[in-house]
Amino acid sequence: MRTSNELPPQNRGLTAIAGAMSLIAILLIVQIWLLSATLESFLSGNRHTALPAAIFSGVMFLICLGLYAFVDRVDSEVRVSGDGD
Amino acid sequence: MNWLRRGGNEPLWKEEFSVRTADERYVTRRQLTKFLVLTSLGMFVGNIWILVRSIFYKAPIYPQQPVAQLGEIPVGGVKLFSYPTKEDHCIMIRTGEDEYVSYSQKCTHLSCAVYYSQGENRLECPCHNGFFSIKDGAVLQGPPSRPLPRIVLETRGEQLIAIEVKG
Repeated sequence: MRTSNELPPQNRGLTAIAGAMSLIAILLIVQIWLLSATLESFLSGNRHTALPAAIFSGVMFLICLGLYAFVDRVDSEVRVSGDGD
Repeated sequence: MNWLRRGGNEPLWKEEFSVRTADERYVTRRQLTKFLVLTSLGMFVGNIWILVRSIFYKAPIYPQQPVAQLGEIPVGGVKLFSYPTKEDHCIMIRTGEDEYVSYSQKCTHLSCAVYYSQGENRLECPCHNGFFSIKDGAVLQGPPSRPLPRIVLETRGEQLIAIEVKG
């Protein structure tokens, strides 16, 4: 079995991007659940959950944004290194 | 948003439409990631919208409206009325000699009209079998996740007056 360092740069990049995308997908599912739970709570008259939910959702969005920047960087690096092949 | 753009001097068309077949996988993955992040932004905006609504929430002022005469309905009987507007249908049940309860008739699941089941002594939604307690409107069974809004009643002389909606 080959380790990640033995993979060609193109495949290494794809693996990193797939990992980042999986994390983003998980965070997105949590955000969807959080929004529905907050809305349910708001409609039932409980308005104290809105602030912590908004903060938590914002943090998750920032993490997603960071992961997108990572994906973009890896994509850029791998494609540049691929040009020299 | 230039900091989100990829580095280098390549034109945008070359970034989005790969020349080489091998790069196609990167472009599609990057585009999907962008779509996921935008969806994440949408969820965040949704939470912010709820927060803003919470901050600027004003408790509604309800009218005082006579809904029935005392003794108008028998024990175990039901009367339908509208409160606070004509579109808000409510159900009132006489549960004892001097006990009346009243709830919104709109099921909190998908807004079907609930009815009183005297045999089971509960409010039932015929659409998806959601059952509510007659005591406080709490969900006993079924898909609804919130209790029925309760109409607060007050006795004035021989009249029952609806004064507020709770929940």
